[in-house]
Amino acid sequence: MDQDNPKIIVEYLSDLAVVTLTDEKILEEADIQALENSLIPLIEQTPGIKMVLDFTNVQFLSSAVLGMLIRISKKIYESNGQLKLCNINDKIYQVFTITRLDRIFDIFNAQESALADFD
Amino acid sequence: MVSETPPKKIRVVDNDVYAISKICGRLLDEVREKNFNSDEIFAIHLALEEAIFNALKHGNKFDPKKTVDIDYLITDDKCDIAVADEGSGFSPDSLPDPRAEENLYKPCGRGVLLMRSYMDVVEFNESGNRVHMVKYKKTNKS
Repeated sequence: MDQDNPKIIVEYLSDLAVVTLTDEKILEEADIQALENSLIPLIEQTPGIKMVLDFTNVQFLSSAVLGMLIRISKKIYESNGQLKLCNINDKIYQVFTITRLDRIFDIFNAQESALADFD
Repeated sequence: MVSETPPKKIRVVDNDVYAISKICGRLLDEVREKNFNSDEIFAIHLALEEAIFNALKHGNKFDPKKTVDIDYLITDDKCDIAVADEGSGFSPDSLPDPRAEENLYKPCGRGVLLMRSYMDVVEFNESGNRVHMVKYKKTNKS
């Protein structure tokens, strides 16, 4: 069990890390950088990490956040890990579909289904 | 009913990215007062964030001596916004399509796509350093 930067809450379930984003809006460059800085050590400390990013609290994000998610996912896959996203609300999910990022991210309605999908 | 009120003006100085949320908050309060629905508010918010951030980053390249000017007019029917920077501009038609297979994994380049997807009108001036965007209120249209 670990509590990192206030922007995320991390729960470890066996070899899985469930990361809940705590901010309602993720916008400012500095906030996005802080979020990335919180996630990178988790990935580096656990090669092959199986991570779920839970968007339950997130009501708004900008394209800069999408960029951060792409960088994070690359880092995870380079370490042979897996990343899944869940609990993305309809408005934000539409941002993923417009940009076609729904094709490159594994997105699930609920955390349970994301967890159940890991190899 | 369209008012005859002239556009309001906001100037972002010092290329302060933290000013974006304050400006968006102020403008979105006026949008809410005009009873735009939540989808329309989300759309305006996203387009405005992307436009201001593009102006600060790609336009002014975070030069603290340069400013970003925002003109806006919010009526019962529409939200009309123009964002101008002091950069040399760009050609929006030459932007690579971020949805193309070869660009999907690139971490940037989606701002203009989102602005065009969420607003009813998105047009750039000839030099490409000013974007004009309009969102019409659907609930008031026949």
